[in-house]
Amino acid sequence: MGPGRRMKKQGPPATLEELGINLKRKSNVDGPKEPAKRRRKAADHGPKKLVELDRTLRNEQLPRSKEGVSSGKDKKNKKLVNRDAQITVPPALLAPSDEEQEEEDDIDAADISLDEISSSQLEDDELAQADLDQEVSDDSVFDSDPDEQPRRMFSDDEDDSDAEAQLTAANIEGLSRKLDQQQAEVEAEAQQELEDAALQTNIAKDEGVLDSVAAQGLAPDLALIRNRMTETIRVLGNFSELADKTKSRTEYIDQLLSDICTYYGYTPYLAEKLFSLFTPAEAFAFFEANETPRPVVLRTNTLRTNRRSLAQALINRGVVLEPVGKWSKVGLQVFEAPVPLGATPEYLAGDYILQAASSFLPVMALAPQPNERILDMAAAPGGKTTYISALMRNTGVVFANDANKQRAKGLIGNIHRLHCKNTIVCNYDAQKAFPKILGGFDRVLLDAPCSGTGVIGKDPSVKTSKNERDFLALPHMQKQLLLAAIDSTDHSSKTGGYIVYSTCSVTVEENEAVVQYVLRKRPNVKIVDTGLGSFGSEGFKSYMNKKFDDKMSLTRRYFPHRENVDGFFVCKLKKTGPMPKNPGHLDGAKTADSTTSAVNGEKGSALGLEEGAKPGDDFGGFDDEEDKHILERAEKKWLKARGLDPRVADRKKAAGAKGKEGKKVNGGGKKKTSGDKTKS
Amino acid sequence: MRALTDVETQTLFSKLANYTGRSLTQLIAPSDSTGDDDDRHVFRLHESRVYYVRLSIANLATSIARDHLLSLGTCVGKFTKTGKFRLHITALDVIAPHARYKLWIKPNGEMPFLYGGNVVKAHVGRWSEDCPEHSGVVILAMDDTPLGFGVTARSTAEARKLEPTSVVAFRQADVGEYLREEDTLFTT
Repeated sequence: MGPGRRMKKQGPPATLEELGINLKRKSNVDGPKEPAKRRRKAADHGPKKLVELDRTLRNEQLPRSKEGVSSGKDKKNKKLVNRDAQITVPPALLAPSDEEQEEEDDIDAADISLDEISSSQLEDDELAQADLDQEVSDDSVFDSDPDEQPRRMFSDDEDDSDAEAQLTAANIEGLSRKLDQQQAEVEAEAQQELEDAALQTNIAKDEGVLDSVAAQGLAPDLALIRNRMTETIRVLGNFSELADKTKSRTEYIDQLLSDICTYYGYTPYLAEKLFSLFTPAEAFAFFEANETPRPVVLRTNTLRTNRRSLAQALINRGVVLEPVGKWSKVGLQVFEAPVPLGATPEYLAGDYILQAASSFLPVMALAPQPNERILDMAAAPGGKTTYISALMRNTGVVFANDANKQRAKGLIGNIHRLHCKNTIVCNYDAQKAFPKILGGFDRVLLDAPCSGTGVIGKDPSVKTSKNERDFLALPHMQKQLLLAAIDSTDHSSKTGGYIVYSTCSVTVEENEAVVQYVLRKRPNVKIVDTGLGSFGSEGFKSYMNKKFDDKMSLTRRYFPHRENVDGFFVCKLKKTGPMPKNPGHLDGAKTADSTTSAVNGEKGSALGLEEGAKPGDDFGGFDDEEDKHILERAEKKWLKARGLDPRVADRKKAAGAKGKEGKKVNGGGKKKTSGDKTKS
Repeated sequence: MRALTDVETQTLFSKLANYTGRSLTQLIAPSDSTGDDDDRHVFRLHESRVYYVRLSIANLATSIARDHLLSLGTCVGKFTKTGKFRLHITALDVIAPHARYKLWIKPNGEMPFLYGGNVVKAHVGRWSEDCPEHSGVVILAMDDTPLGFGVTARSTAEARKLEPTSVVAFRQADVGEYLREEDTLFTT
């Protein structure tokens, strides 16, 4: 589980500087690449041969260059000369000849074949270093000016190359001084660029830059964006003093949001949704935390062992771990594991299960007691179910339900591996099945399916896959599930009567809004303390312009950047009494809701919200409820009778109904005729 | 879900008795059953699989429709189409506490066994004396953690004469199957 490639994007701003320097260097490095290769070839053969070669080359080359002939071959030779200069052979002034040149070529060819046979590591290294050091002098040599040639012989360049060849302590000082100068120049340029970049981070000036980049379709400069984000956050933190007077706060926020979208890869919709949960600085911390993985945590199976002995067994296998925190007595946080934690003998024997720290919390809030009947409405992959079972010491019964048969397989595996004997695994759509098939549970745990905005660190696809529709459809389903959970609970249970609602999402729509909705729908439940103590932060009492129940502060929220667990929401409800209304109403309202919204998706759930909001103001008005019930009943009947698309206007519906009826008649007619045909 | 027929019960019990010996009675009617019927454990058949489950749980499970019920209590194994009974690794929970013959393997033999190998003599830490040939045996780690079960290849007396690399027990099921057979173990 190494960090993803994603993480590498988050370079500190220094990368920009590096980039600037790199560019400079590149141009320098590119030049001498070719000679370096050739030099190496030459150096690879024996020193004696080299000396000879060198001599011949020098002899031939000098006068030639004086003539000012610059053929391809000549250039090649010159290169050779230059590299040979590294090997300390005094130049002998002999007359050149074409034969010698040919000979030289032959030797060159032979050299290549001799490659590496007589090479010595030391020579190679030395040369490699010389390559780097000599770049500039090489360049100057390539310009084969006739009048430059003699200068070369006695010039610094010549000394230079000789000195490099020897690489003595005395010479290296002068050399390095020279290099230092070059380096200083390069750095000065880089500094200049940096300053330019610093100017760019000024938001006002920089928009143009970004636009131009976007217009060119180039990848955005992430370091620059990051700088700008931190700057914007700083400004937003002290707006009155730091802000540019010509810009409004919304402009800053829009800028920041677009930066977040570019930098972290969120869709604008989701980025705004998450951003609005926090202050700008905290939102930034949240987005940052989503890029890093949460620690690996395992839960001791108290049915088989205790934490101390499990820790000892794992330490003996070389695992580095420590208790996850004061809030849990069964969690162990793993820092380093030389063995695969999902395949140790202890794991297979059912001593522990790998489970995110956040998913301990709803079970701890549920606090199951021995001999109770408990329902886990969305159980797979079984971490919570087995925890419940362990807390009950295999007494009572746990119904583990999951709507997905495929996932239920892993659930059964975990249940058996962890020695849970009091479970019944079933595969229902919990929304409809409970409490129809079985009710009267002492406690119900609903870890609802959600958008997963709390576990972006685990599943980054959430960043792009969730859209507006999901945030209407999911809360709708969650509301239905929570209503079903409440209805399945036995309010008169001596020990229980509790419902725990949890999601691994941080959005308000899926958490507080859902709880608020069921509080309105079911006046016989109330929010109670989760029993998780001070761990976690309080739920929102108000959000945007919505006001929630006063007791919403008893719910708990967990964030990756605060508690270093997955983003999570836990709410514990207590059912205090039976439904005050007749069960027929309850049933009717629910089914009507589900049918309308199932048919028209978005609109339905939006309607559901409004519906909830209106009677919430004066709840308890018995007549209103009664009326609504009748209305809904009627609507449902009407819909069922006609089988219409409720999105179209009433008139249209009627027209459509007529059309459909006509069709039906037609179809009937056809059938009849066909029947006649077969008969005849 | 239903109770087992007589034939099925016979097949199942003879199989279990292979491993548990006389303690099988403990499984069927625990000694501490003081007339409380709900705490009695029963065997239930559901879609060719046999589950060992507390009666109260089995009764509650009747409210779940057949095609929606996936598992209850502990799965012991399944009846093959030819009417034989096959124990699954999940039955280890049921038979290990009542095992008649046991075989402990050394730590260096744990991994080979968990990867599906038979038990060779060199890996045996200790084993029950007077164990006959081809009888069911529960295999444990040296710290008494049950790892699986199998049948002995030789009687204890014979095994003494064997060389270290020869097999003393054939593996039938091991806890490594939770990983290896994850996809097939619980499908019907």
